[in-house]
Amino acid sequence: MTGLDLAFAATGLVTAAAAALAVTTRQVVHSALWLVVALLGLAGCYLVLGAELVALVQLLVYVGAVVVLIIVALMLTRAPIGPRAEHSTGPAHRVLAACVGAGTGGLVAAVLLPTATRAQVRPAGSEELARQIFSTWVWPFELLSLLLLAALVGAFAVSGLTTSDASGEGTR
Amino acid sequence: MSLLEISLRSLAALAAVLVLPLVAGQAEHKVMAHMQGRLGPMYAGGFHGWAQLVADGVKFVQKEDITPAAADRSVFRIAPAVALIPYVIAIALLPIHPGLSAAEVPGSVLLVLAVIGVGVLGTLMAGWASANKYALVGGMRSAAQLLAYELPLVLSVASVAMAAGTLSLAGVVEAWSPWWLLWQLPGALVFLVAATAELQRVPFDAPIADSEVVMGPWTEYTGLRFAFFMLAEYAGMVVMGLLFGILWLGGWQGPFADQLGWLWTLLKGALIVLLIIWIRVSWPRMREDQLQRLAWTVLVPLALAQLALTAGGVVMTA
Repeated sequence: MTGLDLAFAATGLVTAAAAALAVTTRQVVHSALWLVVALLGLAGCYLVLGAELVALVQLLVYVGAVVVLIIVALMLTRAPIGPRAEHSTGPAHRVLAACVGAGTGGLVAAVLLPTATRAQVRPAGSEELARQIFSTWVWPFELLSLLLLAALVGAFAVSGLTTSDASGEGTR
Repeated sequence: MSLLEISLRSLAALAAVLVLPLVAGQAEHKVMAHMQGRLGPMYAGGFHGWAQLVADGVKFVQKEDITPAAADRSVFRIAPAVALIPYVIAIALLPIHPGLSAAEVPGSVLLVLAVIGVGVLGTLMAGWASANKYALVGGMRSAAQLLAYELPLVLSVASVAMAAGTLSLAGVVEAWSPWWLLWQLPGALVFLVAATAELQRVPFDAPIADSEVVMGPWTEYTGLRFAFFMLAEYAGMVVMGLLFGILWLGGWQGPFADQLGWLWTLLKGALIVLLIIWIRVSWPRMREDQLQRLAWTVLVPLALAQLALTAGGVVMTA
């Protein structure tokens, strides 16, 4: 057991604990804040595995932008302080959700665990990562961008910002 | 690296965060005062009121630490720390002298941007957890503003990183040459505006506008926690000033860089901090819709144009 193993186990535990708290807390903004801790823990895992660029992008994109968006959305809706009971679900729902969660978790574990052997961690630098993204994985990468663009255009169409109503109200 | 060296470097970064913002704050007091034909603080400490901010600090320590009854206690209490700590990390990453920074990291350009993005969360947490309408309105204004200006900020820095061909701050300084002043000028202007907005300073201070929303997310804060938010703002000014000096003005490059490099870096940073203070004295506050229009219709296209220009330059000279 080396220091790196210990660090990996610690960041993994922090991530898992924060993720569990994020889905079990009764306060919706606390849930978003626990998500921040979980994402930071995940960035720590990447860092321990020697993928510092992935860790930094995780920090920049997820903590810096995605979580801020989630918190803005929460502020725009009613996000009261203190635990709320009205969005809480009944026991049947919880059992069902636990079953689905355990099933998905079991499936992922069944696929991934047999492949888990002691592998040498190759600390690949930013250059190697960039080469991989822009050569081997360039098509999936670009297709994902296209998918996001399509979603953006779709959101515009759904929200009705493109149709100009007669009074001119609501359009700018 | 020994434990002693690590603790020394951490202490140096902490000292920089505790001292440099005070210098910037005192400079703001005096420079603003002289620009407006006033004297500013003159008594504390004797010589031209140099100890005014120390006296302010002593006052803040003596104030009662109040948490509002309706507030979300734990989130309310840790919000100032979330706002301040990222700037401690950011200042530790800045290379001051050839081969000298508190922490040397290969991807320091990205890391600085990432931790500055985390600091934003402190304002949002404060705005929500205060259980105060003004704080919530201020928090939402601040979130909308920070989201809008994060993009041009990152794009303009990306342009410099591309020009230098490295993600390390020290590497950018090594690669810098004087003609970048012209080549990277649009990106530099975008960064200056976006950084001022990111720090929520005038003219982008709608989130904490005291005549509209009292003090925005900081309304309910008092004593040391309020002082931490103030410290975070001035530390942010120092970080942004030094970052501008390092990325666009060549950091330690100058005559006798081997001996005087640290001086050039600090002087270039101080110049930008002075510019930010000057901007504060000169411009009125922008309205919320003007803020958004400036970010999305001027800064983002300008930053993208700079990116294209940089790409062209890199391909031509490669």
